[in-house]
This record gives sequence, C-alpha cells and structure tokens, in this order.
Amino acid sequence: MKVDLTAVVPYGDTLGDGVMQLSFTLPVAMSAAAKEAARQLAAGLGLDNPAVVHAEAISDAFSFFVVYAACHKSIDLTKIVVPEVKLKVLTKPEIDSAIAQTLGRKLRVIGACIESDAHTVGIDAIINMKGLNGHKGLESYHEIEAVNLGAQVTCEEVIRKIHELAVDVVLISQVVTQKNIHITNLTKLVDMLEAEGLRDKVTLVVGGPRITHELAKELGYDAGFGLNTYAEHVASFLVQEIQRSPGAQ
Amino acid sequence: MEKLNLDQGKIAHGRKLAASIVEQVRRHIDTHTTVSVERAVLRLLGIDGVDEAGVPLVNVVVEGLRREGVLDKGAMYWVVNGVLNLNLTVQQIAEDVARGAVKLTELPQGKTEDVQGLAKVLAESALSKLRFLRKEREQLGRELGKGREPLSYVIVATGNVYEDAVQAQAAARQGADVVAVIRTTGQSLLDYVPYGPTTTGFGGTYATQANFQILRDALDEVSREIGRYVQLTNYCSGLCMPEIAVMGAWERLDMMLNDSMYGIIFRDINMKRTFVDQFFSRLVNGYAGVIINTGEDNYLTTADAIDSAHTVIASDLINEQFALICGMKANQMGLGHAFEVDPQLENGFLYELAHAELVREIFPDCPIKYMPPTKFMTGNIFRGHVQDTLFNVCSAMTGQSIHLLGMLTEALHTPLMQDRFLSIESAKYVFNTIRDLNSEIGFRPGGFIQRRAGTVLDEAVALLEKIADVGLMEALANGWFADIKRLPDGGKGLDGVIVRSEDYLNPFIDMILQGGEAE
Repeated sequence: MKVDLTAVVPYGDTLGDGVMQLSFTLPVAMSAAAKEAARQLAAGLGLDNPAVVHAEAISDAFSFFVVYAACHKSIDLTKIVVPEVKLKVLTKPEIDSAIAQTLGRKLRVIGACIESDAHTVGIDAIINMKGLNGHKGLESYHEIEAVNLGAQVTCEEVIRKIHELAVDVVLISQVVTQKNIHITNLTKLVDMLEAEGLRDKVTLVVGGPRITHELAKELGYDAGFGLNTYAEHVASFLVQEIQRSPGAQ
Repeated sequence: MEKLNLDQGKIAHGRKLAASIVEQVRRHIDTHTTVSVERAVLRLLGIDGVDEAGVPLVNVVVEGLRREGVLDKGAMYWVVNGVLNLNLTVQQIAEDVARGAVKLTELPQGKTEDVQGLAKVLAESALSKLRFLRKEREQLGRELGKGREPLSYVIVATGNVYEDAVQAQAAARQGADVVAVIRTTGQSLLDYVPYGPTTTGFGGTYATQANFQILRDALDEVSREIGRYVQLTNYCSGLCMPEIAVMGAWERLDMMLNDSMYGIIFRDINMKRTFVDQFFSRLVNGYAGVIINTGEDNYLTTADAIDSAHTVIASDLINEQFALICGMKANQMGLGHAFEVDPQLENGFLYELAHAELVREIFPDCPIKYMPPTKFMTGNIFRGHVQDTLFNVCSAMTGQSIHLLGMLTEALHTPLMQDRFLSIESAKYVFNTIRDLNSEIGFRPGGFIQRRAGTVLDEAVALLEKIADVGLMEALANGWFADIKRLPDGGKGLDGVIVRSEDYLNPFIDMILQGGEAE
C-alpha cells in the first residue's frame, strides 16, 4: 500500500475511500425531514455520499443521528508543521543528577488544577508518588520538591504559593472544560503572573487533553503537554530549561 | 442473598468503632454552632430575599449578631425576641434589620420562657410544612411510581437553569430516574447562598432556591407526562450546607449530596465548621425525607482503587453513624463507592465485583450510590462506552441502588444531549438483559472474590481501630483519607464557628431528633 503523503484522505477499508463517521444531535423532533436534514448537513460539509445509518428520537424535541460519508478533500501532510516540545527524554537518575549538577539544590515545583476545574487526574498522574501506568510522579524524584495543590485552586492561591515556597516551576492542569473555560482560566493566570512580576521568575507549564504545545505558547506558557505525557517528560523539559537558563553552569 | 461469607462479628465491631469515632466528634458538635447553621435556622423560620446590595437577609441578620458577639445565644433567640417586642413577622423583622430600622440587640429582652415558648411554636410551624412536603413527595411517588433499582441517575450541567430544565425533562423522557444538577464551580466556598434564577454558571449551575424550584417544577411536569416520579438531586455541601438542606426541603428535592467529610478533604473547608454544619444539614435532610448521597467515590479518584478500597468502607461506616445521630433511617443513606480499578489490570472486574458486593452486604438496607469510572476514562469514547457497560453489569450483578450513569465523554466535557441518551440506553439494555442474574449467582467459597472482600473488610476495621485511637480530627490531619492532610484549625470557615452559650436557643435540634411524624 503506497500512501501519497501529499494527498491524504481518511481510510475506511480501502485506500482512498475517505470514510468518516459522524454522530450528532439536532434540536428538532424526529421526522423524515429531520433525517434528510442530517444528510444534507453532512453533504454541506463537503462530504460525499452521506448515509444516515441511524436516526432516533431521543426526546420529543431532539433527534440523534449516526452518519457515514466519504471525505475526498485531501490533506498535504508534507506541508504540515506542528510545534512540539523539543525533548530528549531522560531517565529518572539522569534527571536527578542533571538537577543536582546544574542547580545545586532541589528544584521546587508546584502543581494545580486551577479555577473551575475539579479533575485532578492529570496533575495527580504527573506529581503524585504513584504516577500513572508505572511512570512514577515527580514526588518520587530525589532532586524535585513537588507540591500538588489539588483541584479548583484559584489563581490568587497559585501566586501566594509561588511566593511562600519560592517556586521554580508551576505546573497547571486543565482537564474538563465547557465553552472553552480552560482558555479563560489559563489566560487569567498568565495575566496575573505578569502583573505580579512573576512570569519571568518561574517556568510555566500546562497540561491536559485539550492542550497542545502551540496553544500553550500562544497563551504565554513555556510548554504544553497533551495526552500520554508522564512525569519524566515534564521533568526532562524542566532539566532542559534550567540547563539553558543564564545561571546554569 | 449473601454471597461473601463475611465475618458478621467483624462488621459489628467496625460499626461499634465508627459509632465511638462519631461520638467523640459529637461532643464538639453539641457545644458549637456556626454562622451557616444560624442562617439555616432563619431560613426554616421563613426568612427569604436579599437586601439592596444583593446580600441574603439571613446573612445580614446573622452577620450583625456575630459582629456584636451575641450569636452564641442563637439567632433564633434575637429574632423571636424581636417578634415579641415589635409584633412583626420574622420576615418583616429581617427586612427592618437590613434597612437599619431595627437593632435586635437593643430591644428589651423578654422573659426566657416567653421567647422559648414562641420559638417552639414557630419551629413547629416550620416543621409541619416540611412534613407536608414530605407527604406530598411520598404521595407523588406512590401515585406515579418510581424507577426500578438500579436507578438511572444522570447529571445536567449547563450553567443556565432554564437550559438545565430542558435537559432534565429530556433525560426523564429518555428514561432517567434521578436527575442531579451539577453545581457551578466554586460555590462550595461561598459563605452565602446566591439568590434567584441564574444563567451564568461554569461546569454547573448555582444552587439557589429559585433554581431548585424551577427544576422540581419541570420534573413534576414531566413525571406526570411519563407516569413515573423522577427524582431531583442537588449538592448539600460546602460552607452553606445547612442552608442548602433547608432550601432543598422547601423545594422538595429528593436526594442531596451530603458527606460528613467531603468538604474537609476535597474543598479544604475547616473540619470544626463542617462537622457542625453537616450535623444540622442532616437533621433537616432526614426530617424532610431526603436521601443523602455520600462522596466516598472521591477517595478513589485521588488514591488507588485497590490500595484504598478499605478507606471507602471505613468512611461509609462513619457516614452511617453521622446519619444515625441525626435520626436518619437506613433507607435515607445513599452511601457511596465507585468503579475505579485500572482497566488494564488482570481480573480488575473481579475486584470491582468484590468491592461492590461488599458494600451491598455491609449496608443491606441502604440505597447504595454507585459511581462510574472517571479516572481511567480517556478521549477514546468507544472504549469508554465499554468501561461504562462493565460498570453497569457490575452494578446489576451486585444489586446497587442509585446508579450514577457513566458518560462515554467523561473527562472531555460536560455531557452532550446525545451522550446522556446513549448512556441511559445502554444502562437500560444491561439492566434488562441481566435483571435477575444477581439472584441466580453465588461466589465460589474461598475464591478470589470472597477472599478479596474479606481482606478489604479486615483493612477497613483496622483503619477504624486506628482512627478510634487518635480521633477523627487527628486522622484527617494524618491524611488517612484520600492521602490528603487537613489540620483541625486549617481550611476555610473556622471564623464562622461559635461556642454555644449555656442558654443557646435552637429548638429545631431537639424537635427533629424527637422525630415528629417522620417515619
């Protein structure tokens, strides 16, 4: 199978078939017209041969559809550039010794799930001793002093802790969002750090399923990590940062 | 049917330990009140509304008394004394206080027995309204019928109460038995209850009395339409838990999240405050016939579901005792647990069965609340739907009562209309297709499931022994629940805790404990 990287389309079961699946709700009662509306909606997206394979009333005023269609709008993969955190992933001993050598003291890290977000799953995976999927968290690193502030921490509280603990690194997690509130929260923190004159004094990292490095940079963070990130990824990035900072040996 | 061959003596011993743990805290509860308890008392008396600045009148009155350092006698004393002096209603008194027209502490103090006598009459009048609403709920339940267990419990969380009402009705028509309105972020830390209908929450909607009413009305309407009484839930938690209990009672909510320790552990609310607040809130919940939902599931989202399974059982036993001292009956205790074992683990489902069956057998008469997987849910919604299906199977196989439906988009966003539909549909499918499986099966004597359940019970009792030794406050300070440490004088809201004076007046406590007409 030879894929033309300059013209990639989705794959169903045959190269070039362009098959996609969609599911959505329309805020109208189920009817033949509603079903046709779902089909036309898919066609309007530029999809070929949309087939409404499932249509069901899910209340008196809502109907639910599953649609298959073909997408023949191709993408030139060779032209795509996605900024990612440039990272040489180090092992735990490498990270500890790099911090000891460069900093000569423990690296002080705080982590928080800020403002509206009550889901600590991400920050816990990165910071807590146990980590996730066998990847131990930052608490388990000898040269890192990590404090997990937990969920729904206000930006004011983050700033108070930066002062109180003389923090080097701030890790922010945003997991569950609604109407893009995660962007609002992240922006608020950066604005407040700048107003307090703290932004240049800390390394600021954000993580979460909706976070990309590009988005993080755009919002004024030093790095952004998405899914499948573990403590060693974040720690490796922090090592790079301290090694290239002016005070480093 | 008992399947685990548990050591009944051990369970009884665990209960006894939990009772002694709660008894120690009771001494603190019986000698203190809080600003929120006092505001709840005023709400029970019927004080409603806000002042020109939007501050609830109950806050205006209680804050004034606190500033003068006289709240230790109980807000009820001062308000009732005002009624005796001025011959106004309690509401008029509160309005006059807010306008600055009356200063309660400057009025002549009437004879103690007169104040106490009128206080009792007013309290009885409030309680009779609660009994009426309770009967109304029971009547509707009988007339329309309720769903079968496991009850399908879904959440709505739009931030806009009117949108919530639309989604709640849709969910009811889709087959939901219980609808919970998720509360907006951060309300737990407000030391007042917002007022009026609201449309601007994030990740949830403000808990206000007007919002409660809008949702209950919407569900009453749809309940009649579909011929099934759909229950409404909200959060009796945070700094205002006693007041929210009163609002829930007034608006005939059916269930309320009410945990004796959740606010302490997960919201960093001061423990001395919470213990007093949760006591009064549970008195009201109990009297109003509300089923409480406790929050043990949260332990497993922070700590490991296997390592910490015993903390769930220990906490359930403590929550049970805290409910019992408020006069609650077993059928009002929706004690919590969750399905949070790592899906990658070999035989993970067997652990889940053991844990779920264990809770069921330790609390046979409680409407156990079972929470879905959240910790290991990912953006792979298709796998998520399978995880939820296994959760549904486990729930039906172990006879859980209040089944909080998992959403395939958990960990992504608050549920979309279609997410809720798919979730209800698949749960109904599972519950129907294995309806009587629970009564057909047993677990192999001495097999993995029986042994695992026995181990968790042993560990839970050992933890209760440790807690009973040092006291609950110290246990919380040691981080024995959810690996989170809270200090007795740390956290929010300690300044709202007041030592009761000898002549503290709050007739509700004794009158509710005597039971009235509550079954």
